[in-house]
Amino acid sequence: MHGSGIPIWFFIGVVLVIYGSMIFGYGVYEWQTGCYPPLVELTNLHTPVWWGGLLAALGTLYVVKFRPGRAK
Amino acid sequence: MFGLVPASTAAGSLGSLPALLAFSVTPMAHLKPLDIAVIVIYFGMVIWIGFYLKGRSNTSEEFFMAGREMTAWIAGLSFVSANLGSLELMGWAGSAYQYGILATHWYWVGAIPAMLFLGLVMMPFYYVSKTHSVPGYLQLRYGEHARILAAISFAAEMILMSGVNMFAMAVVMKVVLGWSIPFSILISAVAVAIYVTLGGLRSAIFNEVMQFVLIWGGAMLVPILGLVQSGGWTGLKTKIMANMHSDSYFHLWRDTGHFSANPMGTHWSGIVLGLGFVISFGYWTTDFLVVQRVLAAHNLRAARMAPIIGSFFKMAVPFIVILPGLLGLVLLQNPDKSPMKLVGEDVVKSCAVSASQDKIDDPGACATAMATKTTLPAAYQQKVLSGTSGVELHSYNQALPLMMVRYLGPGLLGLGITALIAGFMSGMAGNVSAFSTVWTYDIYKPLINKKGSDSHYVLVGRLSILIGVAISIGAGYLVQHAHGIMDYVQALFSFFIAPLLGAILMGMFWKRATAPAGFLGLLTGIVTSVSLFVWVKVDPTAIGTVALYPQATDMAANLYRALWAFLTTAIVIFVVSLFTKPRPVAELDGLVYGATILPKEDPVPFYKNVYLWAGLAVCVFAALNIMFW
Repeated sequence: MHGSGIPIWFFIGVVLVIYGSMIFGYGVYEWQTGCYPPLVELTNLHTPVWWGGLLAALGTLYVVKFRPGRAK
Repeated sequence: MFGLVPASTAAGSLGSLPALLAFSVTPMAHLKPLDIAVIVIYFGMVIWIGFYLKGRSNTSEEFFMAGREMTAWIAGLSFVSANLGSLELMGWAGSAYQYGILATHWYWVGAIPAMLFLGLVMMPFYYVSKTHSVPGYLQLRYGEHARILAAISFAAEMILMSGVNMFAMAVVMKVVLGWSIPFSILISAVAVAIYVTLGGLRSAIFNEVMQFVLIWGGAMLVPILGLVQSGGWTGLKTKIMANMHSDSYFHLWRDTGHFSANPMGTHWSGIVLGLGFVISFGYWTTDFLVVQRVLAAHNLRAARMAPIIGSFFKMAVPFIVILPGLLGLVLLQNPDKSPMKLVGEDVVKSCAVSASQDKIDDPGACATAMATKTTLPAAYQQKVLSGTSGVELHSYNQALPLMMVRYLGPGLLGLGITALIAGFMSGMAGNVSAFSTVWTYDIYKPLINKKGSDSHYVLVGRLSILIGVAISIGAGYLVQHAHGIMDYVQALFSFFIAPLLGAILMGMFWKRATAPAGFLGLLTGIVTSVSLFVWVKVDPTAIGTVALYPQATDMAANLYRALWAFLTTAIVIFVVSLFTKPRPVAELDGLVYGATILPKEDPVPFYKNVYLWAGLAVCVFAALNIMFW
């Protein structure tokens, strides 16, 4: 965004990194302990691990690419 | 946000939402600390963005128009996000459950042609005229009377819509999570009020883009996992064929040759002319809620490109909205693993359980409703009537939350709920920021104080946001206590938007259209639409005349009422213009096609050409319609 200091994409990157890390971390815990939520389907796919990882990776990409002060 | 109301809501189901409060509800989901952390972080982030942007919203141009600094991508995503409310997400998923892929018309033919038309044809006039709002354009083209009429009707519509949307979202949170109504309303309204009051349109747009990403991040897993479990698209089709004994669920156009051949009870002419032309063009090209986002673009090329970029995302939205509804048809199960059948809100209402007595209020009405309006197995109906533990009725609108609860565990469920809250907040921020601009520029400035300083108008804008949010909350509570009012509030959209489209198209593309004709056309269009609505309310058989089919649904009636209102406006403008004196062509520069020399745009590489991307959007749109014909 022109003239607004920190680009919006940086904010989005930060949010995705935070959410992705939290979900990924929980997914790993769930996988390790085998404590899956009882009413949730397809837990064998370990969705929090790959979806959390994907969000975190995407967020990291945005944070790096749009970090404040980075020359265009 | 009710611009294009979901079929299930248009059919009046939202009207019975207050009834849901009358009975005790077992929340569908229980949030874990990780889910709550996800939601709290979201609220913290949106409020922080408001504080961060406060210093960049000091002048009226910055506060109301975001400094006209947005890139095409940001304006385009914000343009789509302002329309992607939580009720749209859930309402259309419910409609897909009821009507199948027919519901996709509201995302494709009901949006894409209009968005491309806005970008390629209309945007230059909005942008070159440097208007701050759509009523502002009417003032430049037709004079003060037309502007005031449009501004007052738009401002009232925005506030009422915001209130209704807020209340409906709070009811959903109560049903899904068990949150109290005042808690949901206050926390979301206060957050929106803070970030929009502080940062103005820039803050609203900033958050809308972030909310758009979160909506996808939170909702996309449901169709992905649903498709995995149902055996892919082919597996889903096979299962629906086996369960529903009809392949109508997969055809957009094939069964629209006759009103009775499709479950929506509509005809392709209503879809093309009513939805695809009048309602869609009215909403996407003249509703200031969405047009304001594009006016904030940093140059004309970005303003033209923004709706075109938005059109690609709009075409993708059915993946997270329509597909979960279809998947729900074959995947949702009761606790005893039998297939779950969702029912209409009216059936849920008839079987309401008294919160104090913990039993069905009117078992007779409940039994009749289930027997006549559902295909629930008799044994299940008996369980509902006897109050068997764990046996509940769920409405169509709950298809998406039910699918979320089915697949999303801790953390992911918080993200899914955040997506719903984000959808609501982006819609409400759109409502109040558009209201604030129209109130300040088109009502306060011309009627109350013409000579205020720039900072005075910014202050008025900030205060109008706070007052607008407060009135919205009041409207929300009014709805809670006046059950029938929601039907009328939803109809507000069709009262104003179709006549507005007629007035703007005639003004923008016909030099001869005069100021008195514009005002009279707008007024008679509104009166026509309201009269037709009242006529059907007083005499329900009139729907056969208004919608051309006696068994037409309320939604079909909406489409045809909009068409008649549009035609009335256009005809009145045409006739009155012939008998009144037109403005000199020289005065129409920047306002009317054929009287305007558009500024030359700087040459750009071919891959940034707006016509190239618009052509690509047309190809994708055509391919999707053929694929699901």
